Amino acid sequence: MRFGAGGGAGGAPMADVVLETRGLTMRFGGVTAVDNVSFKLRRNELRCLIGPNGAGKTTFFRCLTGILKPTSGEVFIDDVETTGWDPQFVARLGIGIKTQVPSVMDGLSVRENIWLSAYRQAGTKEADRTTADVIERLGLGDIARATVGRLAHGERQRVELGIVIAARPWLVLLDEPAAGMTGEEVERMVAIIHEINRDAALIIVEHDMQFIRSIAAQITVFSQGAILMEGTVDAVMSDARVRDVYLGKRG
Amino acid sequence: MESTKLRDAAWVVLAGIVLMFVAPLVLNYYTLTLLVIYGLLALSLGLIWGFGGILCFGQAVFYGLGAYAYAVSAANIGESTMPMLIAIAVPFVFAFLLGAMMFYGRLTDVYLGVITLVVTLIFFRFMNTTAGPEYQIGTARLGGYNGMPGYQTLNVPGDPSAYIYDSSLYYVCFVILLVVYVLVRLLLASPFGRIAVAIRENESRVELMGYDARFRKSVLFAIGGGIAGLAGALYASWAEIVTPGLFSLGQSAEIIIWCIVGGLGTLVGPVLGAAALGYLKFALGQQTAVDNVLIMGLILVVVVLVLPRGVVPSLMSAFGSSSRRNRPNAVRRGRRGRGRADG
Amino acid sequence: MDLAAVFILEILYSIAVLVLISAGLAVVFGMMRVINLAHGEFMMMGGYATIVAVQAGVNVYIAMLIVAPLVVGIIGLIVERLVIRFLYGRLVDTMLATWGLSLAFTGAAVMIFGNTTTGVSTPIAGFTLGAYQINGYNFFIIIVSILLLVAAYAILRGTRLGLVARGTMQSADMAAALGYSPDRVYMSTFFVGSALAGLAGGVLAPLVGLVPTWGSAYIAKAFITVISGGASIVLGLLSSATVFGLVSQTFTFLSGPVIGEVALLVAAIILLRLLPQGITGRFFKGRL
Repeated sequence: MRFGAGGGAGGAPMADVVLETRGLTMRFGGVTAVDNVSFKLRRNELRCLIGPNGAGKTTFFRCLTGILKPTSGEVFIDDVETTGWDPQFVARLGIGIKTQVPSVMDGLSVRENIWLSAYRQAGTKEADRTTADVIERLGLGDIARATVGRLAHGERQRVELGIVIAARPWLVLLDEPAAGMTGEEVERMVAIIHEINRDAALIIVEHDMQFIRSIAAQITVFSQGAILMEGTVDAVMSDARVRDVYLGKRG
Repeated sequence: MESTKLRDAAWVVLAGIVLMFVAPLVLNYYTLTLLVIYGLLALSLGLIWGFGGILCFGQAVFYGLGAYAYAVSAANIGESTMPMLIAIAVPFVFAFLLGAMMFYGRLTDVYLGVITLVVTLIFFRFMNTTAGPEYQIGTARLGGYNGMPGYQTLNVPGDPSAYIYDSSLYYVCFVILLVVYVLVRLLLASPFGRIAVAIRENESRVELMGYDARFRKSVLFAIGGGIAGLAGALYASWAEIVTPGLFSLGQSAEIIIWCIVGGLGTLVGPVLGAAALGYLKFALGQQTAVDNVLIMGLILVVVVLVLPRGVVPSLMSAFGSSSRRNRPNAVRRGRRGRGRADG
Repeated sequence: MDLAAVFILEILYSIAVLVLISAGLAVVFGMMRVINLAHGEFMMMGGYATIVAVQAGVNVYIAMLIVAPLVVGIIGLIVERLVIRFLYGRLVDTMLATWGLSLAFTGAAVMIFGNTTTGVSTPIAGFTLGAYQINGYNFFIIIVSILLLVAAYAILRGTRLGLVARGTMQSADMAAALGYSPDRVYMSTFFVGSALAGLAGGVLAPLVGLVPTWGSAYIAKAFITVISGGASIVLGLLSSATVFGLVSQTFTFLSGPVIGEVALLVAAIILLRLLPQGITGRFFKGRL
């Protein structure tokens, strides 16, 4: 069994470039958090966004998902302009979104959380099937009946990932999926991400270089609201500018 | 889990049927009918607040609208079947529009409270001024603060001369309550209901899943409004007069007290809360030593302080076995934390 | 010409009343994020305190400017210790508990004073302006409201107490950082808020026939004035009172007091729908 494209509401993307921003800018009062960013993501690509705190990567991420409305510039998803759309409409294109703080339904069970996500574009029967798949895939079987509010942080992160993939997205946006996880959990997360990446493109906002190395992604480095450079892990790591703004500061 | 809830619901209905026949041994039909109507009204708020997380300080608006819609249409039409349907439809539509206005504006918690409270006041003030002859709908004069009597009360569908009153009105109301209870249970077990509860838990997550939370909340709010309207219509038939007092803040406060005392996040809780407190009010009305508003107020304060989850959920978790099903953290009145109202 | 003067005076008067009845609620909401739905009943108690004091032979000004705030302030203090302090941070629960209190106070007042109307006579005589009869007492209320706003601004701006208060408004930890226990700050805030409600009740008492349910006529207006004003105490109060005063007087003038009242409520709904953070949340961010 596989996640990703197939039954997606928006269907699999037709274009080669599945996500693009043109001159995306976000200002808060006098502060420009994202400054004229043009960005492209190809089909089935796995891309990490890194940068020091305040570099604008999470703001950029939120503009993609519709949580924030950009001040100017455009966002295209699968050649559809989605600038300023509400998150629900962005999600309906077949985009799975995981925010920075685990956003789950605390009062409901793990199964219920995942089922509700699977149900939106499938019938009850298929949602049941997908839910069982996802629970097994993510190793949530033992806690499937538990109330999510009572779970540990790492487990909640995994539940949210389950919510994301249960919708069978063809594009997945993850904001710090490995934050606060133990070593073993991070390993499992890496495996899951590769699994997702078989059928879907991913954008991952992440701090942890170790994690990025282990998923061997293409990297976009943000600095002061703009893209500093793009490249492979090695190219980025050996770049002096990157070390200055980001790695150097972190010792 | 949903199937256990539905099995529980079957037991509740069974217990309800037993109660329906036992209660008249203790109390007269006239009072009992009112308690059942209160139960239905409490159920409507219990649904939207306890399961939808929508804080509504103005449930009395839909109750009053239902009562007036029934009275006005019954006075014009005569036969009571159509007026009953109108009495559900009018508050349903009004609640949907009001809900959409609020939810599409992203208003939450305290602002919902303010707006629903203000809407209640508008109706209350306005209805009090409709004494003059210019406030006439068809043959029905609204009558201002004196209220509006003299309309056709509930009859057997199709036969306007076969009135349903006293004991038969009691049984009809009770059966309606049980039917509505089962329908609401089924609604909550359906995907719509499950998504509604998910919205209460985390609205932004539900939107990230691609659901339209605002529309769904508006629909749930409208359903609650429709049920309250039904309760209002039954009240109109029971009381044989509708007055602006139905829209009063005191009426809204009572509905809220029933739900708080009975317990949010359950359906049985608010119904029992309404019946118990309705009876208490009736009993207090028999004496003059203590003012019953004082007692109601103190009950609300004490329950909020001591039993913030309400009586029924507390009892349920006290009897261990059901505590697993009844999740204490699922019962939230609104956003916690030192939440800035504008946050 | 006379008509215009009367009209302007009426508007000023209705703004002043809104400021007066909302001030206590605004202080408590601004500082503690607590909505005191028993605010109207605090006013009612201020009214009764004034009347009882006057009947006992106290000078009417002392009764409404000193006795009423003091009595209600102390009642507020008791309420804070017994109920409110257990509910900090639970906005909805405090609303419910104080709603319960409001019912309880109404019931208690019925038991003590009965359901009859009492009152004191207005201490200032009216006069005529052209063809119109002007209530002299309205000037007094306008002046009290102006003094109230000026005093609130001066205290918040210029004193150490005001600094602590402003700190608490930003975050509860700020008060602690300045060396004040938040508990004490909240306690004093609630005392001040209650006393202001008592003052409003005392000052308005001569204008109305007092009944135990009198407070419920004001709570909604005070509530929407404060919420619509937003987080800033002085500016919020002034701006929303001005908007609502203008609207309600204009409609009262055009088509009677009930329509004026309804217009005020409708205006509140529109305002909240358009500016869910209140007027000051939108236009005067971060001011007092």
